[in-house]
Amino acid sequence: MAKAEAIKEAPVPISVWLPPVAVGWLVPGGGHFLLKRQGRAALILVSVTLMYLFGLFMRGTLFTPERGDVLTILITYGGFIGNLASGVLYFLTSWLGYNQPDIAGHVHDYGTKFLVSAGLLNLLGIVDAYEIAVGKKD
Amino acid sequence: MPKMNLTHFEASLLFALCASIVMGLVTKKTDRERLLYGLYLFGCFLASLIGLGWLMKLGHG
Repeated sequence: MAKAEAIKEAPVPISVWLPPVAVGWLVPGGGHFLLKRQGRAALILVSVTLMYLFGLFMRGTLFTPERGDVLTILITYGGFIGNLASGVLYFLTSWLGYNQPDIAGHVHDYGTKFLVSAGLLNLLGIVDAYEIAVGKKD
Repeated sequence: MPKMNLTHFEASLLFALCASIVMGLVTKKTDRERLLYGLYLFGCFLASLIGLGWLMKLGHG
């Protein structure tokens, strides 16, 4: 038993899991597409992109990291990471000059949450692609 | 760019739909399990939404 525990799994080379993870980050579902899981790739692409677009249509705000008190740092940095996780959707939006100020109203507020959540859902997709690439999942 | 004006319920429903699709996809192993888990999650989102909505309504009087 102790001997079995001592046997460590051989580390999976970075060249195996990095391409699906990187492509999955840049294009939602891209990692699954690389790993020949087209159905799942399409569903992740559609879900994440739709959520991001709904966020934009609701005029959600994109976060920029700000310094200040702990709560400000936590919210702005966390939101920024969430936005960044959407990959090319976020970069396109920034490059095309989308700059929605943070204004009061429940629709704008939902929009902001949709933009961050799209990135977080994409993160789940990236983790799934990683697990498939290293053989932890089918 | 079009502008959407949704109610709390509509926005939450859209959120629940997208979130349950992705969370269902990445957690289970077979397609049948994924579908069932996605539906289960959507049901949980919906039940929480309605339950919390009523709780807030009753709390506010």
